Amino acid sequence: MSDFRRIIAKRKRQDFVFNIVGIVCTLVGIVTLGALLFNLLSDGLARLDWTFLTSFPSRFAARAGILSSWVGTLLIMFVTACAAVPLGVAAGVYLEEYARRNWVTNLIEINIANLAGVPSIIYGLMALGLLVYQFRLGQSILTGGLTLAFLILPIVIVATREALRTIPQGIREAAYALGSTKWQVVRHHLLPYSVGGTMTGIIIALSRAIGETAPLITIGALTFIAFLPPSPVKSAPPFVSSEWLFSPFSVLPIQMFNWVSRPDQDFVVNAAGAGLVLIIVTLSLNAVAILIRYRVRKRIKW
Amino acid sequence: MKDLDRISSAASLAAGRRPSPEAAPTAARRLAYLKERVIESLLFLAAFSSVAITLGIVGTLIYESSTFFAHVPLWDFLTDTLWTPLFASPRFGIVPLIAGTLVTTAVALMVALPIGTVVAIYLSEFAPPTLREIVKPTLELLSAVPTVVYGYFALQFMSPLLQKLIPGLPTFNMLSAGVVMGIMIIPYVSSLSEDAMRAVPMALREGAYALGANKIVTALRVVYPAALSGIVSSYILAISRAIGETMIVAIAAGMQPNLTLDPREPAATITAFIVQVSLGDLPHGSIGYQSIFAAGITLFLLTLVFNILGYVLRRRFREVY
Amino acid sequence: MAEAKMDRQDRTRGGRAEERTRTPVAVQQSDARVAASHPATKAEVQSLNFFYGKLQALKDINIAFPSNRVTAIIGPSGCGKSTLLRCFNRIHDLYPDTRYEGRITLQPSGVNIIDPATDPVEMRMRIGMVFQKPNAFPKSIFENVAFGLRLLGEKRSVIEEKAERALRSAALWDEVKDRLKESAYALSGGQQQRLCIARALATDPEMLLFDEPTSALDPIATARIEELILTLKEQVTIIIVTHNMQQAARVSDDTAFLYLGELVEFSRTTKMFENPSNKLTEEYITGHFG
Repeated sequence: MSDFRRIIAKRKRQDFVFNIVGIVCTLVGIVTLGALLFNLLSDGLARLDWTFLTSFPSRFAARAGILSSWVGTLLIMFVTACAAVPLGVAAGVYLEEYARRNWVTNLIEINIANLAGVPSIIYGLMALGLLVYQFRLGQSILTGGLTLAFLILPIVIVATREALRTIPQGIREAAYALGSTKWQVVRHHLLPYSVGGTMTGIIIALSRAIGETAPLITIGALTFIAFLPPSPVKSAPPFVSSEWLFSPFSVLPIQMFNWVSRPDQDFVVNAAGAGLVLIIVTLSLNAVAILIRYRVRKRIKW
Repeated sequence: MKDLDRISSAASLAAGRRPSPEAAPTAARRLAYLKERVIESLLFLAAFSSVAITLGIVGTLIYESSTFFAHVPLWDFLTDTLWTPLFASPRFGIVPLIAGTLVTTAVALMVALPIGTVVAIYLSEFAPPTLREIVKPTLELLSAVPTVVYGYFALQFMSPLLQKLIPGLPTFNMLSAGVVMGIMIIPYVSSLSEDAMRAVPMALREGAYALGANKIVTALRVVYPAALSGIVSSYILAISRAIGETMIVAIAAGMQPNLTLDPREPAATITAFIVQVSLGDLPHGSIGYQSIFAAGITLFLLTLVFNILGYVLRRRFREVY
Repeated sequence: MAEAKMDRQDRTRGGRAEERTRTPVAVQQSDARVAASHPATKAEVQSLNFFYGKLQALKDINIAFPSNRVTAIIGPSGCGKSTLLRCFNRIHDLYPDTRYEGRITLQPSGVNIIDPATDPVEMRMRIGMVFQKPNAFPKSIFENVAFGLRLLGEKRSVIEEKAERALRSAALWDEVKDRLKESAYALSGGQQQRLCIARALATDPEMLLFDEPTSALDPIATARIEELILTLKEQVTIIIVTHNMQQAARVSDDTAFLYLGELVEFSRTTKMFENPSNKLTEEYITGHFG
């Protein structure tokens, strides 16, 4: 009998020990995240001021700023969103509502699964060979935006499909039974009801794209750029111009990379500042996505 | 009224008249059908774009590296131990780059796999549900941080920290890059493994508990093996992610190719090399330009192998439950 | 005597108009008798076979569904009742590997519903369906009812008028007239089901198909819907699938009993429950199986 008690006690101890081990391991990730944020804040918070945000980079650390980089990031994100969102949502709708079970559908699904696992720098290489040189789009904002759009496409497609899957089949049957065509069901019901979930996925995808560095370096984004792309709005007819699409550019993560790679420690502070801006933007986007997901779940309970 | 209906329909059938025109599509209906087909075709093209992108990637890599392999014998490429394509007398051995990739990946996996698995077991079998609800998204935030920020952290924080522990550690080294990369990869392992373990039916656990097993034994002997294909597919995803990582290693491990298995030394990975060359001037068609595509196709093949493995395992995992 | 036997045969086989029209005189004579005891047929199912892939779910079904009456389809689980119902509005078309054989002739137009050349979308606009689980759209109450009308491209004033009419027919108007803009999900289960009925009625369908409409509802809501069905049959022909025999007895004029994909018996409800012709029917009705 005391044997029995001993075994039980040992088992209880094992559980207790593992509880501790589990908590410690979980903390590793969380503590690191905290250390990272703290590190960045302590190094760079002081540097964040209006001049930093509105100055061009410079050889002098104290005068260098992130103006050209965050404008570049904004423009690139615009192109990325315009390309990836319609393409990804359309693909997701097709795969979820229209596609039949045949080899073409399997091929498409395998491709999407594979693309999600391709390292981001490979997208850069493809864009370099294909977009920059073959299609002669140059080392421009258009190229950069398209590259990132291809990169996040699988995420948008998966998010759209997941959002469509939450709609119960009964709703589709009700809509069909009233005499809707397939497109009418998609347009009047499926897209409006799934917009919350899809939005969440799109925002997360964009927040990933903002932090991407390697593919943009590969296509030839500049690391030192002291001018802004030409404005899309002009004062002479036709009042809008697409020149900016073909302009060279830099983005925030590349600027940070450039500064952190310098041996001169003064630039480290700048890098931290840029990193803070990057983290704030990324975390805010993630927070917005989570908020949308929460609100949508509250609004429509299937 | 109903009798008349009956008589007239009976009469019309007897007379052999065809069914009413509602059965034949009107012009308006035909136009509507055309619109439906056009929309379906457009949506199909959008879905097919994924195939086009893959073709674009594979095509570009093959095309651009074919000129490289016309100049450089494959044997040299695979076995030479020096990678100096931009030198006056260039050497094109990919081995140092592969070594750099493998060592950083190994360090990262030694951090991510054990910690990620323990976290997954803890969250799935031990932690109270509220804790799980808080911890899981927080850990997923780890993978949301841009990798260039991780590179900064590795260089500015982790490296000095490790230098205190390991005297003589150079500023650029594969260890700090690998460790930080490992921590970044933890959520890949923990989230997917936890999902796999949660999918194991309660009935299996109850069988073990009913025999008097405690939690850890049930977790290790029952749940973990049952969820194995999902767990292994998460490991493979982690491997693939580590192999393809660029910025952390470019910033913290240095960009000098160095054939060594010692993580305390600096080295360049395949990805870091591509970045380094891209930062400089790259005349289209030069040997430097071609060399990044040769490196790229090597990287692509490496990750392809793991991606296929992971895909096969994930399909098996979904079929079981 | 002979005519009576012929009538009974016609009932179980599905009367074929051709057989009765040998001469115009014969038509008038037999149709007078027909009019007395058989109302006009709304939909004639003739030699209907249905396949899910290789599995044959319906075998040689022949039924003439009378106009402006309620016909119930009963039978144990898996007998094919819902499958038969879903043939009428071609909902099976949405799923792969389904195949129809035979005819379902819609009167008075004579169109064959399951002919591949027939437009399923049009059939669905003319034949409405109410499902087992209320599936109101996550829109407002008004928008739910208006949806079918919008598909037809009706004008705003017409939509409002027809929506109100439909909600009145569904005995829901008084409960929702002050909150038409509220979400449909704010309604109770029974109310949502009546909303779905209103939604189906709004486009003036020729037939209404009910697929076990009250199996997800409490007894009070069930009773209200059964009342509703009895009033609706003046407007539309109704087919109701139910696994609840007492409901069939309460609500329907005629009943079809299906077993393992075959029609066992089809007769007036009172006759089927008091004096069924077929032994199998009797066993089912008395609860020996199913």
